Amino acid sequence: MKVMAQVGMVMNLDKCIGCHTCSVTCKQAWTNRAGTEYVWFNNVETRPGQGYPRRYEDQEKWRGGWELNRRGRLKLKGGGRLKKLFGIFASPVQPELDDYYEPWTYDYETLTDAPLGDDFPVARPKSLITGNDMKIEWSANWDDNLGGTSQLGHLDPIVEKIRKESEEKIKFEFEQTFMFYLPRICEHCLNPSCMASCPSGAIYKREEDGIVLVDQDRCRGWRQCITGCPYKKMYFNHKTGKAEKCTFCYPRIEVGIPTVCSETCVGRLRYIGIFLYDADRVTEAASIEDEKELYQAQLDLMLDPDDPEVIAGARAEGIPEDWMDAARRSPVYKMAKVYKVALPLHPEYRTMPMVWYVPPLSPVVDLLSEQGHDAEDAGNLFGAIESLRIPVEYLAELFTAGDTEIVTGVLRKLAAMRSFMRGISLGNDPDDSIPEAVGMEPEAMYEMYRLMAIAKYNERYVIPKAHVEQAHNLEEMGCSLDFDDGPGMYPSDPFGEASGKPTPVAVENFYALKQRQTTDGQTEPGELRGRVNLLNWDGRGVPRGLFPKTEDNPQMSPDSPAHGGGAAGPGPDYGGPSSQAGPSGNPLESQPPREP
Amino acid sequence: MDILLWGVLPYVMVAILVGGSIWRYKYDQFGWTTRSSQLYESKLLRIGSPIFHFGILAVIAGHFFGLVIPKSWTEAIGMSQDFYHFNALFVGGIAGIGTLGGIILLIIRRRTTGPVFMATTKNDKLMYVVLVAAIVFGLWTTLASVFLGDHGHNYRETVSPWFRSLFIFQPDIASMAAAPFSFHLHTLVGMLLFCIWPFTRLVHAFTAPLHYLFRPYIVYRSRDVGPAPGSRARQPGWQPVGTRDRDRK
Repeated sequence: MKVMAQVGMVMNLDKCIGCHTCSVTCKQAWTNRAGTEYVWFNNVETRPGQGYPRRYEDQEKWRGGWELNRRGRLKLKGGGRLKKLFGIFASPVQPELDDYYEPWTYDYETLTDAPLGDDFPVARPKSLITGNDMKIEWSANWDDNLGGTSQLGHLDPIVEKIRKESEEKIKFEFEQTFMFYLPRICEHCLNPSCMASCPSGAIYKREEDGIVLVDQDRCRGWRQCITGCPYKKMYFNHKTGKAEKCTFCYPRIEVGIPTVCSETCVGRLRYIGIFLYDADRVTEAASIEDEKELYQAQLDLMLDPDDPEVIAGARAEGIPEDWMDAARRSPVYKMAKVYKVALPLHPEYRTMPMVWYVPPLSPVVDLLSEQGHDAEDAGNLFGAIESLRIPVEYLAELFTAGDTEIVTGVLRKLAAMRSFMRGISLGNDPDDSIPEAVGMEPEAMYEMYRLMAIAKYNERYVIPKAHVEQAHNLEEMGCSLDFDDGPGMYPSDPFGEASGKPTPVAVENFYALKQRQTTDGQTEPGELRGRVNLLNWDGRGVPRGLFPKTEDNPQMSPDSPAHGGGAAGPGPDYGGPSSQAGPSGNPLESQPPREP
Repeated sequence: MDILLWGVLPYVMVAILVGGSIWRYKYDQFGWTTRSSQLYESKLLRIGSPIFHFGILAVIAGHFFGLVIPKSWTEAIGMSQDFYHFNALFVGGIAGIGTLGGIILLIIRRRTTGPVFMATTKNDKLMYVVLVAAIVFGLWTTLASVFLGDHGHNYRETVSPWFRSLFIFQPDIASMAAAPFSFHLHTLVGMLLFCIWPFTRLVHAFTAPLHYLFRPYIVYRSRDVGPAPGSRARQPGWQPVGTRDRDRK
């Protein structure tokens, strides 16, 4: 057993209102640049619908994910290693821009610059690819809210499949019964097929938190990952020629705050936490023959953080104690493994996706209320779940490779929770028979209700910080002699100032800012290495290095007014406490004081 | 003049090729990519690109046979000059024509497909000129020997010894100088191509992912130890959205 930690996400689809805030904030944060105009690390699809890119779930066409070969071993659906290398000169099944959409902007300038005339000026759509006028024909969410579904609904690969297997009448009912939203990010799979497809080996899974990233320096743009990913969450930056993907906002996760999509989710439907899993058994679990057992196999990979054997294993692998603690409080582990209400998206792709979904009960509830039933009554709800065959089948195709029993079980749990808690809210005695009917303890059901309905911020996001004890000292790395007039002043790169790797610049992070704002003392000497950033100066005291030192006033008192250049403070602290007036020759110290 | 061309220039070329590649690998990993335009256009690419690439691989193999393996070796295993010549012309001709046809198709695609043309840099254009010139002059030497029949020049007695002598640092300038003009031209353009190679998109050939055949499917890597979270290097590739940046080139 090799215990590894994985950051995972659960989305409670019942709460998604399809506002696309996650997509927009994600795009603003990560893909708001040339080459990624069409890239949506996070997108929200209306189901039934074609998804983004169009019909990405049709793996017979796009060849994403894994399949089993004749000997029952995992094999990339896109082909083996040799086949991939022979197809490298023109990727055989890469989606084109038409399968996504042609990104555009509007010629807003005309609105203000147009000469006076009889007609109102209009802002024409301009292609962001060619810059020419264009006709907008599709977008990342063109079929939002079932837009055009009466014409194009049959193009949803899942609708297509269900229809093939059921009677003709489904179509009519199908369109009348339901719609729900499916927000999607990269699944950060345990067995990622994008990674396996990458000829350069540039895609990697981080040992510490399982986040899957593309090494931008090692990616050579062979494009095989785009074919490999069955979720089509690998994108090609057409300006840089590199693959890009959702990063699980790792710079945020590392400091213990949730991803942008989670933080900004108005429905508060996203949960982030730690899973512990057995890395040794991933391939075995992904190779199970029956697709319908893949969900259970994946669940079995998730380890119980309270199990002494797992704890010992985790310690042996060097997983820190605070991570173990976070794993014990992990909301995603509870929803996926303890309550078993969260399901993986398309387990049949055999990639072991680690973004889980609580299937929506709302279509059932809505239908019952429309028909005049009491939609919160356990009996009514249970009956309706069974009889609403089609949504359950649809959900089963999404989450359990077609096994409707699992989905029904989850929906029954959700329905039971509704009616159980309604009884309590109405002041009745808790009806313990309801949780029992779905095989749960009343206490567990109450806890599940707290987690899913109350959903406090710190219960939704249990994110341990990355361990950067040593790395912290490396902040603003670089040679300590690299100050003006110092021996290291001239960049040592052979091709002049701009050559070589860029020097990292410290950006204020959440915890640093919080610490600074709430501390009693001043900014820790050496923390910013003599730089003063006025943007995050909190007005407390006078940061060292803000004003040059004068001879008669070598130490600026903290409470003296900061009124101008004549005020004095010690010079920038370059190398720590010893540089007060050391021989290093602080340039500011040697300057004559300016008159006020 | 001959000394400069055939005694000095090859070594200058090697220095630029090796030094340039090392420099590029060290300082421009981010720019080291195929810069694929398949996202914009796929149909013509699916035909042209494999023809060109497989063609040029065959051409490279042909150059290896012709230049590196001495005439005496092939004769030792009983391969007559006529048989060798026929093979070189036939196989080499097919490969060369395929390569040329492939690249012509790719250039037509590049010129006629709007987005692909817009993504073409000046660097690319220069590279295409030199690359096509090298292919055309190379084909010319081959075809010339077809039409001249047996009177064709036997480069295995001039160019090849010179090529091999370069490796022992005693360039056989005289035999290269004796080769006809078409070979001189092809060699010079070829050297020019290798000189600009490290500075163009052609570098992707140097990182042909052969190790893919041997690496494990799943890659685990520890988090980069480097700038702490919150401290971030200036990221390459961040340009504002819009088409303005295309005009700036």
